[in-house]
Amino acid sequence: MSLGPAEVAKIAHLARLAIRVEEAPAYARNLSAILDLVAQMNAVDTTGVAPMAHPLDMAQRLRVDAVTEPDQRERFQAIAPRTEAGLYLVPKVID
Amino acid sequence: MHDQTITQLSAGLATGAFSSEELTRAFLARIDQFNPALNAFITVTADAALAQARAADARRQRGEAGPLTGVPIAHKDIFCTSGVRTSCGSRILDRFIAPYDATVVEKLNAAGVVMLGKTNMDEFAMGSSNETSFYGPVRNPWDLDAVPGGSSGGSAAAVAARLTPGATGTDTGGSIRQPAALCGITGIKPTYGRVSRWGMIAYASSLDQGGPMARTAADCALLLGAMAGFDPRDSTSVDRLVPDYITLLDRPLTGLKIGLPKEYFGEGLEGEVAGVVEDAIAEYRKLGAETVEISLPNSQLAIPAYYVIAPAECSSNLARFDGVRYGHRCENPKDLLDLYTRSRAEGFGAEVTRRILVGTFALSAGYYDAYYLKAQQIRRLISDDFRRAFDQVDVIAGPTSPTVAFNLGEKVDDPITMYLSDIYTIAVNLAGLPGLSLPVGFVGQRPVGLQLIGDYFAEDRLLNVAHCYQQVTDWNQRAPAAFA
Repeated sequence: MSLGPAEVAKIAHLARLAIRVEEAPAYARNLSAILDLVAQMNAVDTTGVAPMAHPLDMAQRLRVDAVTEPDQRERFQAIAPRTEAGLYLVPKVID
Repeated sequence: MHDQTITQLSAGLATGAFSSEELTRAFLARIDQFNPALNAFITVTADAALAQARAADARRQRGEAGPLTGVPIAHKDIFCTSGVRTSCGSRILDRFIAPYDATVVEKLNAAGVVMLGKTNMDEFAMGSSNETSFYGPVRNPWDLDAVPGGSSGGSAAAVAARLTPGATGTDTGGSIRQPAALCGITGIKPTYGRVSRWGMIAYASSLDQGGPMARTAADCALLLGAMAGFDPRDSTSVDRLVPDYITLLDRPLTGLKIGLPKEYFGEGLEGEVAGVVEDAIAEYRKLGAETVEISLPNSQLAIPAYYVIAPAECSSNLARFDGVRYGHRCENPKDLLDLYTRSRAEGFGAEVTRRILVGTFALSAGYYDAYYLKAQQIRRLISDDFRRAFDQVDVIAGPTSPTVAFNLGEKVDDPITMYLSDIYTIAVNLAGLPGLSLPVGFVGQRPVGLQLIGDYFAEDRLLNVAHCYQQVTDWNQRAPAAFA
């Protein structure tokens, strides 16, 4: 499968990555090469093979729906880029 | 002191031949002297190390010391360490001070180890040469023109150069075993779920597993015993007793059945590496093991399946780095979308960007069945190959990597060629099995590793099989001349 710079731009938008226009052709080449490698999977018929999501085929363990974590807001916000009055600051979203 | 194994250092601490403070000062001095040439450490925590060492000495005086109390180690910079920068080799976390300890760090602290610092790594553990690190490449102590392997390249180089007697690593597709092989040390990737992933920055969550790296299997056994065990905070952690790996090291190998997968000795394996690996297997026959040729027919599909599953999971895991709550934020974002896209683009390097893009594509509308679902089906076939093999044999052996360490810069511009250096290690992660690499010789001055693959939770067997070899050979005692 071959991807062009326009498709890379679309994927980059989905991934929320600001790829520069001049970088897109190189990423398109790399991604196409990776997808060619991945296409080797198609040589095998996997009809009826159960997909394997977990190496030990275990079920997800559940825990009791109870509060177990203490409040550490100040500690966690100490490493945030910008906060104010206990809130994370981002550019205005709604006018 | 620096040339001793953890087992020897532990004995020296117990008899009072030296204190942990003396030992820690000795290793910190070596880091000062040699790290500039290797770039194996991103952060050295000298003051905290000395404080931990003094606490370990006090604990010993109270008669409360265990075998690892006062032993210095280093942590791969993927493990969160409270109050200490945890960068994951990335610009996006360059100024991230972890607010808590990973379970692995917590458990090793409880055992009384001393943390010397945080080791360099490929960015977010994505790489096989340690060249994708934001902090620059690590050099191989055996040959400074060569890469140390990756992604746990800093840990491997630091152990090989005797800057630390042991270190933690993580392995998603070979990231403990391949650098261990390329640097001539011993490293084990445990069964998926054996070691907690809590506080270990996620790359591909269904494959990631932490493990120890040291000079010998006996040292890995000591470290793994302290690292492994059930953790309720990791939903994929397995609740199963951790055996005493040390007491199981010396079991004789008489009658051991070693499977040699014909797919691991074919095209792509460098001839001289094959020769060294065959010599190691001959040594095992002398130790009483029997070798059987086996087949893992879907081996060639491991890399294609991995390069769907790992990027897909990474694109999801790395979505958390958005410049809002922690990590790098771009200057003057004009709106929220600009904040996300520029913070991420400035924060991630090229290989991480490539994998996020591949994963995003594979998971995008209309492609799920062709990529992710197909890869998970292939994963089942690969896992079934191993299940059939373990009906016939006790362990599987082969080369860890098809070549010895390659030169810095040699593969960095060609992702596909780089990916192929994990051809023998990746299937083990897909199946979730334990795998170990031990040093078995050299091609020129560059080390060769033998990979041992075990059945689920057979870490004790792998460590035993590696240990017996290390009792009758001295490859694990060789030190790179410049760092002896």
